[in-house]
Amino acid sequence: MAEATTQDEGPPPGTIQKILDNPWLLLVLGIVIPTLSYTVWGLVEWFLLKPAELP
Amino acid sequence: MENFLPNKMRVCDTTGLPVCLEAERFIKLNAVAAVVSLLIGALAGITVALTRWEVVRFVSDLTYYRVLTFHGLNMLIFWIIFMEIAILYFAGTTLLKSRLASPALAWVGFILMAGGALAVNITILQGKGDVLMTSYPPLAADPVFYGGIVSFAVGTLIAVINFFLCIYIARRDRTYKGSVPLVVFGAIAAAIIAVLTLLHGAAIMVPTFLASLGIGWGSVSDIDPAVYRLVWWGLGHPSQQINVAAHVAVWYLLATLTTGARPLSQSVCRVAFVLYILFINLASAHHLLVDPGVSAEWKMWNTSYALYLAVLASMIHGFTVPASVEIAMRKKGFNEGLFGWLKAAPWKDPGFSAMFLSLFIFGFGGGVTGVTLGTHQINIIAHNTLRIPGHFHMTVAGGTSLAFMGLAYYVVPLIWRREYPVKALCRLQPYIFALGLSMMAIGMVAAGMHGAPRRTPLSGVEGAGPWLALLGIGGVVTFTGVLIFVLTTVVAVFFGKSNKGGPIEGWQDMERMKSNLALITSDWQPSKTGLKAKGTVALVLLFMAWFAVYYFANWKALADVWHVR
Repeated sequence: MAEATTQDEGPPPGTIQKILDNPWLLLVLGIVIPTLSYTVWGLVEWFLLKPAELP
Repeated sequence: MENFLPNKMRVCDTTGLPVCLEAERFIKLNAVAAVVSLLIGALAGITVALTRWEVVRFVSDLTYYRVLTFHGLNMLIFWIIFMEIAILYFAGTTLLKSRLASPALAWVGFILMAGGALAVNITILQGKGDVLMTSYPPLAADPVFYGGIVSFAVGTLIAVINFFLCIYIARRDRTYKGSVPLVVFGAIAAAIIAVLTLLHGAAIMVPTFLASLGIGWGSVSDIDPAVYRLVWWGLGHPSQQINVAAHVAVWYLLATLTTGARPLSQSVCRVAFVLYILFINLASAHHLLVDPGVSAEWKMWNTSYALYLAVLASMIHGFTVPASVEIAMRKKGFNEGLFGWLKAAPWKDPGFSAMFLSLFIFGFGGGVTGVTLGTHQINIIAHNTLRIPGHFHMTVAGGTSLAFMGLAYYVVPLIWRREYPVKALCRLQPYIFALGLSMMAIGMVAAGMHGAPRRTPLSGVEGAGPWLALLGIGGVVTFTGVLIFVLTTVVAVFFGKSNKGGPIEGWQDMERMKSNLALITSDWQPSKTGLKAKGTVALVLLFMAWFAVYYFANWKALADVWHVR
């Protein structure tokens, strides 16, 4: 099947290609970046939230 | 070098690819569970649509919430994720010429998923889980409801781990050369997003389950809704981003199978998938745009600046898939004018029509509305209105479900080795589904623009009535499309004509199939053909114009309701 499903041998992979070929590195980055940007930052803001004063 | 165990593989008579028989079993099991979830979810969906149609008002208010909970979980979670696990097992074995890493893990995962889905559905039907899919506290459901979701999530995580083990043993045993195929890379992206999703699911649903048993937080109603919403949406929205990565991978696969297309640039496509892995999950913040507990900086960074990198990825895929089809069609001789290739495309092949319609609805509908609604300022005029379900029906149902249906038209003949019956009806099915879905989504968006709220059977919003009627009529047409798909698939699986020992009958005439196969098996490079994707560039310009009109019309709408003096 075409390159959507197979890929032939070519020249030695460059740095970007090596990163793309490392699913474990992508797994770590895919967990760490969204967790820091969305979850941890959001939870820090929640922890720092001061209770509203009743009027 | 292949690594199959003795008597545990067969060679596909059509593609020549080796099929691990253990993996095949779990592809079938997960696909069957997916289609069952789709059917019962669609039954609930038509009930919801007919209830929102004001002149019909099909069920009572309480039943509406029950049915909506059932619809949401079966369509957004069970149908989609069962199907995605089937795709992961296919991509992790057949496409890598490798075996399933652990049949035992696959059994444990499947039993936990199926058991969890069953427990959740029974609890909802018993009236013990009327909390909608999001189950926001202080709404509380029976512990079995939360336990079922935890069971489903743990089962999914085990299946995803099994997929990563497949990747590991394929690399270890060198069953493929160079980089993994692009479709497998897309599946890896979906699996990585799934891990993050399931970790958030565990972080919120396990404590909620324990709270429902009186352990930890005390009770479900004691849980802080702000924290719950923050962490839950780390599960809720990314679960739909697994879909996006998976259905984009399916687009590439179907483009290849139906036209012989080959990606224009492997590197660019892969970088686009990496942008998904890194940034698409930040879209969860869209759901908290009117929450007071998080800052404007957090909202804007997560929904705009960083997320636009994931939007860029979708636009890359949205260009490269049709462009690769265009180049393949032009190479086959359909080189007339700007759109001669599109006119000559295999529109009677349900694999192709489902793929292209999915791409169109996802981009022109779901993508444009999603980016617009995700803008912090504009969101204030759309939050919690029917515009939101209008958007995600175009991404999840129009994008993902339709792509998965197109995939089934190839998976059933290739994996079950049985042919679809009533092929003329199958050829029509993607059009019926796409038409109904578009009517339904347009009805939702327009009713939402009049202020019709989501998640409620309440009616009487001025000006929304005709659009809610369009929603209802569209729901009937969509349901017809789902029913045709489910019935023909079930008949094919159990009673379809066997194609064992020979190639599949296929959906195109012999001449077309031969020319596709010639492209699929030859070593051609789109960049070396000298052909240009002029038609796709024209479609992209049309898309950008539509996006600009919709986006700025919404700013105008915001200005109309928010006078700054």
